[in-house]
Amino acid sequence: MAFMKKTPKANRRSPFAAILVMAAALALTGGGYAAVTATAEEAASNSSVYTAAQIEEGKKLFLANCASCHGSNAEGTSAAPTLIGVGAASVEFQVATGRMPGQASGPQLEKKPVQFTEEQITAMAAYVSTLAPGPAVPTDEMVAADGDSTRGGELFRINCAMCHNAVGAGGALTEGKFAPALKGVESRHIYEAMLTGPQNMPVFNDANLTPEDKKDIITYLKYVESNPSAGGYELANLGPVVEGLFAWVFILGLIIAITIWLGAKSN
Amino acid sequence: MSNAVSAPKKGGFLAGTANYLDERVGVAGILKEFGRKVFPDHWSFMLGEVALYSFLVLLLSGTFLTFFFQPSMEPVIYEGVYGPLKGAEMSIAYASTLDISFEVRGGLLMRQVHHWSALLFVAAAGLHMLRVFFTGAFRKPREINWLVGVVLFVLGMGGGFTGYSLPDDLLSGNGLRIIDGMIKGVPVVGAYISSLLFGGEFPGEAIVARLYGLHILLIPALILIFIVIHLFMVVIHKHTHYSGPGRKDSNVVGYPLMPVYVAKAGGFFFIVFGVIALIAATFTINPVWNYGGYDPSPVSAGTQPDWYIGWADGALRLAPSHLEVTAGGVTWSWNILLPIIVLVIFLALVALYPFIEAWVTGDKREHHVLDRPRNAPTRTAIGAAGVTFYAVLWAGAATDLIATNFKLSLNQVLTSMQILLILGPIFAYIVTKRTCLSLQRKDREIVLHGRETGRIVRLPHGEYVEIHEPLDEFEQWKLVDFVDYAPTLARPNSKGKITVAARMRSALSRFYFEDRIAPVTQGELDAAHHDHAAVESAPKKAVTSKKATPKKK
Amino acid sequence: MSDKSIASTGSHEPEHEYSAGLATIAADAVVDPGMEPHRVRMTDKSKKHEKAAARQVAAFFFASIFGSAFAIYAYFAFPLTEDLGTVRNNTLWLGLGIALGLLGIGIGAVHWAKTLMPDAEVSEERHMARGSEEVRARAIEIVRLADSESGFSRRKLIRRSLYGALALFPLPAIMIFGDLGPNPGDSLRHTMWKKGTRLAKDPSGLPIKASDVTLGSVFHVIPEGLSELEHHKLEEKAKAAVLLVRLDPADLKESDERKDWSYDGIVAYSKICTHVGCPVALYEQHTHHLLCPCHQSTFDVTDECKVVFGPASRPLPQLPITVDAEGYLIAQSDFTEPVGPSFWER
Repeated sequence: MAFMKKTPKANRRSPFAAILVMAAALALTGGGYAAVTATAEEAASNSSVYTAAQIEEGKKLFLANCASCHGSNAEGTSAAPTLIGVGAASVEFQVATGRMPGQASGPQLEKKPVQFTEEQITAMAAYVSTLAPGPAVPTDEMVAADGDSTRGGELFRINCAMCHNAVGAGGALTEGKFAPALKGVESRHIYEAMLTGPQNMPVFNDANLTPEDKKDIITYLKYVESNPSAGGYELANLGPVVEGLFAWVFILGLIIAITIWLGAKSN
Repeated sequence: MSNAVSAPKKGGFLAGTANYLDERVGVAGILKEFGRKVFPDHWSFMLGEVALYSFLVLLLSGTFLTFFFQPSMEPVIYEGVYGPLKGAEMSIAYASTLDISFEVRGGLLMRQVHHWSALLFVAAAGLHMLRVFFTGAFRKPREINWLVGVVLFVLGMGGGFTGYSLPDDLLSGNGLRIIDGMIKGVPVVGAYISSLLFGGEFPGEAIVARLYGLHILLIPALILIFIVIHLFMVVIHKHTHYSGPGRKDSNVVGYPLMPVYVAKAGGFFFIVFGVIALIAATFTINPVWNYGGYDPSPVSAGTQPDWYIGWADGALRLAPSHLEVTAGGVTWSWNILLPIIVLVIFLALVALYPFIEAWVTGDKREHHVLDRPRNAPTRTAIGAAGVTFYAVLWAGAATDLIATNFKLSLNQVLTSMQILLILGPIFAYIVTKRTCLSLQRKDREIVLHGRETGRIVRLPHGEYVEIHEPLDEFEQWKLVDFVDYAPTLARPNSKGKITVAARMRSALSRFYFEDRIAPVTQGELDAAHHDHAAVESAPKKAVTSKKATPKKK
Repeated sequence: MSDKSIASTGSHEPEHEYSAGLATIAADAVVDPGMEPHRVRMTDKSKKHEKAAARQVAAFFFASIFGSAFAIYAYFAFPLTEDLGTVRNNTLWLGLGIALGLLGIGIGAVHWAKTLMPDAEVSEERHMARGSEEVRARAIEIVRLADSESGFSRRKLIRRSLYGALALFPLPAIMIFGDLGPNPGDSLRHTMWKKGTRLAKDPSGLPIKASDVTLGSVFHVIPEGLSELEHHKLEEKAKAAVLLVRLDPADLKESDERKDWSYDGIVAYSKICTHVGCPVALYEQHTHHLLCPCHQSTFDVTDECKVVFGPASRPLPQLPITVDAEGYLIAQSDFTEPVGPSFWER
């Protein structure tokens, strides 16, 4: 029992899942850490009181790093959409998960090591929020995992599970695109993604999923993430296909190894 | 007889019991008949046993689950311990499944034992069928037992699917919805059968209880009956054995039932059960609480059936677009019917294969010595093609997971699978057949010229040769003991006519046996030994291939 | 049963010869050398090895005893509480105990058989499945006798009327399943939607205003009032589930008869796949494609949800919508065609 309590996290996932999660964690470390430490500042900025210095700094960063694709006035080009009206939430999601600045053309932008410090991200968000009204970043209170997980689970299944899987393990979209796994994703980024609909994800505005709904969804996801798997190692939570493969390769494999021992003559 | 055993006192309790039983059920006669029956020993002969033992584990764990499971679709509000479902409306079936998992000690363990052993049951049965196919164990007199085996495999799929649907969670509910959609696609009666099955419109409140009846009574009873028939025929035929010195069609070589086989097979039951328990204790399967209760609106990414239904799901996915035809006011759902027809034809071919091959070879003798797969190249190649076909369909059910895990485009994966479904089996057939023939040639080489040792010696006149180590007669026998079949010509029957059937048989016999390698004869062996100096020379063409004319397609 | 091997030519000659078909047997085929000599094991040769093997077998059995005892201990030692960790511990330790209890017996027994029981293979004669001529003759005689005693062949009337009776008797057994379910009637053609039904959010049932539906958002929709249904809630939901999205009206290709089925770029389509009925719910905001997660049918929302990929054939049925006086989205009517998978008479 002591053993179980010590290492619940490591035991919950298959080796493959563990590798994936580690990779994701590595990719997020920089931005994630920064985001956590700067939340107080964010909360303040949420009331749209960014300082003039921040906005000025953000504009500089924008012109240096973003304007080549998004246009010098953020009006958009053939390479990238306009950022007028996308709001601070969108900037923080895209930049703080490393998706922006984008690299190489693939089916979709993926999270990668974050390129900017938290101050810089806030500055860029501040600048973009001045272009036109748009979704603001959520406060800590809005993303705290203390809502109703039952409601959150139901809303998640109806609105999210078809792409992200019932426990957020991710899934396939068309033509090489995919809905990423949600384990290890910070609550505020989940919130911002729902609010802004990055890439091919639809937007879930506050009329569709109210802030309370969003909080409940985050509560559900964090419950699943923080509670141990009741039945033992999870096989990446990908469902019956992985279970079947496991049965063939490992269980039948183990039993065949035993039959070979059983049929071999003893010395 | 009664005199002989009328003094049991001396032997104590055991002898007393034996005497008691013999006087009532004739246990001595049974032991005399079966106690020293011989069973050949080979790891591949245990696969059927794995399936049998998994079935026993299914019966035991399933009985435990019935004590707690309630197959009702009546809605209730969940008030159990699982946080993210507290207060949710769900069916009693789903709620009781959650209670088994979280509130019955050992309940989750038994659920996992039951589900893992179900996967293992069908997997072991499938692998057992492959062993039987590739070694030709289905030949006379075992054709009927092959049919019984096919029936068991299909029943296994049925048992699995009905069980999968019982918890009434989102995953199984969507599985049932797919079944409902397939049934509705059946011409003429589809909508009626769907309404009968679900007791009205999908999902209704009847289906779980109905599947429960099938799952815990009818299907296991049928499986049990067919297992009894299967094993009864094994006793009648006695087990096959692999070719080897002293192993003939007229005998069976192995270990006696008592004590060796009882210990091994009995012990093996505990091992299979133990392995399942070990896996169930450590690896989670079907965590139903993740999916939530069934609701017709949501669906989860990765909605797939258990592996043994996967090939059917794959067939549905791989059907080309726009197959549906509406004509004369009725709808032909070929996008559903075509996959169903393909599956049925595949199963029918599997079931009928022993009869097809027997018709082609015309061999009416009993066969108890197994073929090495390489010694029946065409059969092995057909098997490989069939396995490839099945495997592509099976992989077809996982297109989305293949796409996400290997960073491919879902659409391209699906299109590639469609192509692979046609080309894969053809490719597998050619490669397997060529490989078998090459292996047979190698066997001939080894028999005639011995094994290469890697030792090179220089002869007095300067020539370098490699030393070949001759085989002993026992090893040699394994490589030469097989039957050589020759293709036949279509001959006129008694009325002087060449029938269509005769032409077909002749064509099939050419398909089967045109390319073939004959076993080494004693004469060739003597000649090779005589000709010892010419070790390095190539074998004579005449004996290695009887291929008439190479055909290029 | 003896341990002797059978001479290579075989000791029993079948009384019936079968055709070998296409099999060709060379006149000078290599002759079976007979069984290999038995190889002696260490445990047969050395008392020390034998004793060690016996100790190992016993050790496995002791391990089993420990495992079973531990499982009983674990049953009590790891009770279940609200904490999922307790479920995990109960499953793990109870399971490991049971596994050890079983594996100990199994491995011990097999090890015993392999090392300590005789390992010389023995040969037993097989008999053909076919009965001997004498037996077959007797069997035929019995059948003939039974036939003549019963008059089965002779009494045509009895025989034929029996065939008729046997053919008919299962029919009632099939008929009594008729009440498994009602006649589907036209239930597959109608849903809960009717003129004026408000579009409501799934699962809350709150009605949706047209202004709520911003560009790029997707709403999972049920008819208002569905949540309050006393009966057949799931059956109605299974047919009525709808997906609502707003497109730039410039992107929307609408045929003439459907021009007024949308409202300001907002379109509503059935969520039930026309293939086999999974909820088609994966909406891609930029490609405007709807993907079914079950069999990957893909529908183009801009083009009346026509199939662009996958096994489905028909477009998703469109729900004609408009807004009411308060700005809420409402249905203009029911769907104009049956939703969900195809069926014969649709």
